[in-house]
Amino acid sequence: MLREKYAQEIAAILARYPVKRSAVLPLLYLVQREYGYCTEEGIREVADIVGVSPTQVRGVVGFYSLFYDRPIGRHLIQICDDLPCALRGADELVAHAARRLGVRPGETTPDGRFTLETVMCIGACHRAPAMQVDLEFVENVTPEVFDQVIADLSRDGT
Amino acid sequence: MGRYILLRHREIPDLHRLEVYVRHGGYEAWRKALTAMTPEQVIEEVKAAGLRGRGGAGFPTGLKWSFVPKDVFPKYVVVNADESEPGTFKDRELMEGNPHQVIEGALLAAYAIRAERVYIYVRGEYRSVARRLEAALAEAYPAGFIGRDVLGSGYSVEVAVHLGAGAYICGEETALLESLEGKIGHPRVRPPFPATYGLYGKPTVVNNVETLANVPPIIARGAAWYRTMGTEKSPGPKIFCLSGRVRRPGNYEAELGKITFRDLIFGEEYGQGLLGEGRSVKAILPAGASAPMLPASALDTPLDYESVQAAGSMLGSASVIVLDDTVDIVWAAYKMVRFFQHESCGKCTPCREGTYWLRRVYERLVAGRGRPKDPELLESIARQMAGKNLCPLGDFATSPVLSSLRHFRQEYEAYLRAAAEVAAPAGGR
Amino acid sequence: MGGTVRIFIDDRPVEVPPGTLVVDAAKRAGVDIPVFCYHPKLEPAGMCRMCLVEVGTIQVDPHTRQPLRDVEGRPVVQWMPRLQTACTTRVAEGMVVRTNTLQVQEAQRAILEFLLTSHPLDCPICDKGGECPLQNLTVRYGPAESRFDYADKMRQEKRVPLGDLIILDRERCILCGRCIRFQEEIADDPVLGFSDRGRGMEIITFSDPPFASYFSGNTTDICPVGALTTTDFRFRARPWELTPIPSLCAHCPVGCNITLEVRPSARKGGWDILRVMPRQHEAVNEIWICDKGRFVHHFATAEDRLRQPLVRRDGALAPASWEEALERVAQALRQAGAGAAGIIGDRLPNEDLYLFRRLFEEVLGSPWVTMDPPVFGGEAVARYGVGVGTDFGRMGRGSLIVVMAGDLEEEAPIWFLRVRGAVRRGARLIVAGGRPQKAERYADPVLRYRYGTEALVLLGALRALLEQDRIPPAVRDRLDGLEVLRARVATYPWEALEVRTGLPRAAMEALAEAVAEAENVVFVFGREGVVDGEAFVGMAADLLAITGHVGRPHNGLLPLWPHGNTQGALDLVGVRPLPAEVPVLYVVGADPAGDGRPMPRAGFRVVQELFLTETARMADVVLPAQSWAEREGTFTSAERRVQRFYKALPALGEARGDWEIFVDLALRLGAGWRYFSPEAVMDEIARQVPRYRGMDYAALARTEPQWPPVGTSRELYFGGTARPNEGGLGRVWPTEAEAPGARWPLFWKDPEIPPEDALMVVPVRRLYAQGTLIERTPHLRNQMVAPTVGMHPETARRLGIAAGQPAVLRANGRALTLRAQVDLSVPPGVLRVPAQGAPRAEVVEALQIEIEAGVRDGAVLR
Repeated sequence: MLREKYAQEIAAILARYPVKRSAVLPLLYLVQREYGYCTEEGIREVADIVGVSPTQVRGVVGFYSLFYDRPIGRHLIQICDDLPCALRGADELVAHAARRLGVRPGETTPDGRFTLETVMCIGACHRAPAMQVDLEFVENVTPEVFDQVIADLSRDGT
Repeated sequence: MGRYILLRHREIPDLHRLEVYVRHGGYEAWRKALTAMTPEQVIEEVKAAGLRGRGGAGFPTGLKWSFVPKDVFPKYVVVNADESEPGTFKDRELMEGNPHQVIEGALLAAYAIRAERVYIYVRGEYRSVARRLEAALAEAYPAGFIGRDVLGSGYSVEVAVHLGAGAYICGEETALLESLEGKIGHPRVRPPFPATYGLYGKPTVVNNVETLANVPPIIARGAAWYRTMGTEKSPGPKIFCLSGRVRRPGNYEAELGKITFRDLIFGEEYGQGLLGEGRSVKAILPAGASAPMLPASALDTPLDYESVQAAGSMLGSASVIVLDDTVDIVWAAYKMVRFFQHESCGKCTPCREGTYWLRRVYERLVAGRGRPKDPELLESIARQMAGKNLCPLGDFATSPVLSSLRHFRQEYEAYLRAAAEVAAPAGGR
Repeated sequence: MGGTVRIFIDDRPVEVPPGTLVVDAAKRAGVDIPVFCYHPKLEPAGMCRMCLVEVGTIQVDPHTRQPLRDVEGRPVVQWMPRLQTACTTRVAEGMVVRTNTLQVQEAQRAILEFLLTSHPLDCPICDKGGECPLQNLTVRYGPAESRFDYADKMRQEKRVPLGDLIILDRERCILCGRCIRFQEEIADDPVLGFSDRGRGMEIITFSDPPFASYFSGNTTDICPVGALTTTDFRFRARPWELTPIPSLCAHCPVGCNITLEVRPSARKGGWDILRVMPRQHEAVNEIWICDKGRFVHHFATAEDRLRQPLVRRDGALAPASWEEALERVAQALRQAGAGAAGIIGDRLPNEDLYLFRRLFEEVLGSPWVTMDPPVFGGEAVARYGVGVGTDFGRMGRGSLIVVMAGDLEEEAPIWFLRVRGAVRRGARLIVAGGRPQKAERYADPVLRYRYGTEALVLLGALRALLEQDRIPPAVRDRLDGLEVLRARVATYPWEALEVRTGLPRAAMEALAEAVAEAENVVFVFGREGVVDGEAFVGMAADLLAITGHVGRPHNGLLPLWPHGNTQGALDLVGVRPLPAEVPVLYVVGADPAGDGRPMPRAGFRVVQELFLTETARMADVVLPAQSWAEREGTFTSAERRVQRFYKALPALGEARGDWEIFVDLALRLGAGWRYFSPEAVMDEIARQVPRYRGMDYAALARTEPQWPPVGTSRELYFGGTARPNEGGLGRVWPTEAEAPGARWPLFWKDPEIPPEDALMVVPVRRLYAQGTLIERTPHLRNQMVAPTVGMHPETARRLGIAAGQPAVLRANGRALTLRAQVDLSVPPGVLRVPAQGAPRAEVVEALQIEIEAGVRDGAVLR
């Protein structure tokens, strides 16, 4: 239960807003941190904490691209293949990443380690092609850089 | 005074640290406003400076503030840091490099309308950027710049960072407010406007990050000084995001109207020309994916709101994406349509269905399965969408379609010729 | 502001109140603007963009304040650069709207084409086919050919159950959000929502159970396409095959107007009810009904309905002819004469109630006739009930609604909706009760008193008013008994009131203050936990009378009666105690044995019923009656509105109308009755019963135009498939307090209060409580509430009962074999039982508990 485990953090989040419902997004991030994705249980907990219906929270999960309603890999690789990055080799990078990980975009490696996604512009067009790994920027990504990132993540055993 | 008004961190190392920021005049404007200016005077100064919103619409900032009713409380300031337009990365750099200037600007806005809270709505992908802001707030609070009874003025204000979760539409201010209220980001019916009915139904000012970063220098040095930069109708500095097929992509700060697309793309202190050798500019996207593309003939257009509009497009967020002669325009239009289809919130029928339909037609075009009437169909779908939606996204989505058809129709026709050749058996009939 | 503004719609001048939406103004002017997402009962969303129109403003010369005119003398209009949605644009003086220009038509065609790119063209098998605005628009304006490639259409789920009652077809859904907004704004069960975005956007429910709402069926009416259908009606008929018959719902006090839509059916032996739809009555149920009202109709055509008379032969009930059965009954009644007793249920129509009483009082000479179930407060309601013209739909700022001792949503679901609407418009709500309920979400404040002390709570409020002498002089002049009341109330010290009720003095004073300062007060009262009903309702009446909240519209008492014609039963039969033993007992449309209510012992018992109820099983003769659907008649709602319902089905088997049976018996007993139809009976009631004066069928059948327009399936301004009212709006009889110059007598009685440490049995009414009728609707089976004895953990500990343990509780001589349920919402010292399980709240004087093994979960043994 989030409420017990993260009591202080939840209280701090709620304190930021005069209306509890505003805490839905921050609390869903908390759910993803705890469960890996937005589980049904987590959604109901959030609904309960902020006092809205679970349907209303579930709708939010479906609307925003950074919330996941299914389990994803331990590491989320999001490669931008939007126009500015694609003008500088993003499509080739995606193809390379898919080959390297052995999955298509949207899929998770069989070992559950990596989920590969293509995403829309992430605001790194000046250092394209770019990607985010667990929402941290990795920029000017060449195939070598990509392989290095994957190697580093694989090495630390997570 | 350095070269930069906004990107000052490029000259001042560690400007993101409070101590450095204060040493370089940081929070002086804030102190000045609190101790020597009424909220009305702050608004008047910003009005006099002629500052226009840097998020894209270019609406006069002081005027926006003046719409807020004086006698309704609580009120809110929301910083729109949901920078998501393809090709736009200026707010990111400002928040990373010069976060206190953004915060100081937001505080000034709050004081101007007597808001009690500021929320900085940062797009979910900018988690690392949000951390920078939070670190800045963590320094500014104990220093007494934020909180109860700021600098002994009797005025209290809270600032908090709120992380979005991946939705371009939340850059639209009413969708942003819905999102901040914990709902799905559907734009609201307007009127009422946020100035009277905003966050939680209370008067709210929503300003872009870069807009607010302009405010501290205006308050510190005055409107007259500010107006020495830029043009009569577009005063002040602007950050131009340059990306695409250029040698040196990046953010460039320049006075509005003082440089042209050509300067920005080829200038030594800017983009330094195109990638590769012997290339030429085919098209320019002045404001990411949202504004019509311009052909190379527009290269000498000065970069200010009026001039770019006169040239047939919009300066918008000034996110210049350069397409050179290697770029397939149909493919580029497809990429942009795909973006809008992905980001359409789904609320309005024409945008929801139109972007999906456009995408399907583009998909068959670029796959070599285009049909002879597809260009007309695309144009017709786009025209059917235009002007019929609650928010501008549906119109934005028509920009790449209509402008590419206007300037580069021959590229569509090339696709169709190729498709016809594939469809016809060898030797023909 | 106030007054009206003048605008021009398609060159027609229209005068409407300022703030009116253009789409509504146009409709009132007879201009039909197509809508999908807009619904006149919901907040505008501006989503579907179907209602785009041209909007402009007549330019005015700032000096002369006269319209500027062009060279040809026409007013100069400044047009807005873009089309505007008529559903979000509010009228302003001088506005000019065009709804049929080329530009508008082009926009409408564009939106239609966009909608159709995602919509399956399965009209031939769609339940909405024939009453669908999308279909109508497409037929009228749609393109002959699709430019959208069929292969590109998104395939989506065609059958998504949203709970047991509603099915969603994602392909048909045009994402207008009406269902979502209905659930949020009207029902306040926000269990539907949008998820995902763009073309992937879809309707979801994530409640547990899914679509948990008593009002879900209404979403299928207002759905502008066939995306939402009921599991009851889905694929069973086409709308044009159905014959709509105006009818009434009899299952709660509201008196919702409904339409029975019937069709010949081989399966159901002739005819069947295919669906029940709301029938518009803006002062009663607007265009809504609850799911019980919509789905419970299956009992009328149930397989196990009684179809022929039964008589007891050799100890067992056996089929018999009407002649034999009636002769047996007539004989028994003849013998019993003035000693015969009758019990008649409060779901029977007025005509039958009236004849039953006459049969006893005039033909048999017996005073022993009573209604079932017995209720209290009838006299107070006759005097101080809500004034004629009372309408929750017109209440808002300045109005106070008090709900006490009843659960508004469970006992009168549509009142709940309408009270919530009033609150949204600014009315104040006070909810007073022994346990939480949904209406408390809007209550300001909630008064949580100890069950059984209702009268004392009100006594406290009276005391506050009397102490401050806050009685308006004009009111004082009309009151009788004020000094007695003042003197007696003063004998109850605050300390005692506080201790017994569990409420602080300030809470009772706040109630008094709220009542005194409100412009209008409607006091809704129920029976939950009430021990001394007479005192409770009397104090409520006093509270309203001394503050002047009686005798006028939007003011007075409103009872949460148990059924749809309880008021009629009070008017035409009344509550009378019966002797403990009688020679003949005649029970009509009531099941005292099944409901655990006392019933006189009798040598001979006649039961007239739809089903072989527990009471019927004990009978010597069982007479099969027609359901309300098989005959016509009238019901009187708790607002005292007398309304008509019409015959929808042929009689099932040999079943006869109750009134018909009474006439037959009266004739056999030598009375010269000549009634050939319920109408003839009502004609007599309209002449003989003062309250019902002039209420003949013609008077009750009158209608007038209502807003919003609904149910005319050709409207492009689509208000839903609720039916327009063609059966009559009925009439309300005035209370005694409304008579010109009427005196307003005050009531006094020392309330009977349970001892402080008493253990109480409190019957609680639930909408889906198990019962003879609801059990015959399979769709509601999963939602039915299993009967339990609810108790606070503390009480359970005291009684030595564990949660879930089957326990036989024998209280005051009656056995309630119910599973114990430990529930924190039940106050300590209270045993919460289903309303059917106990006649009324009472103090437990003798309690025996047997822990039983092997008792089936939820089984009721008595």
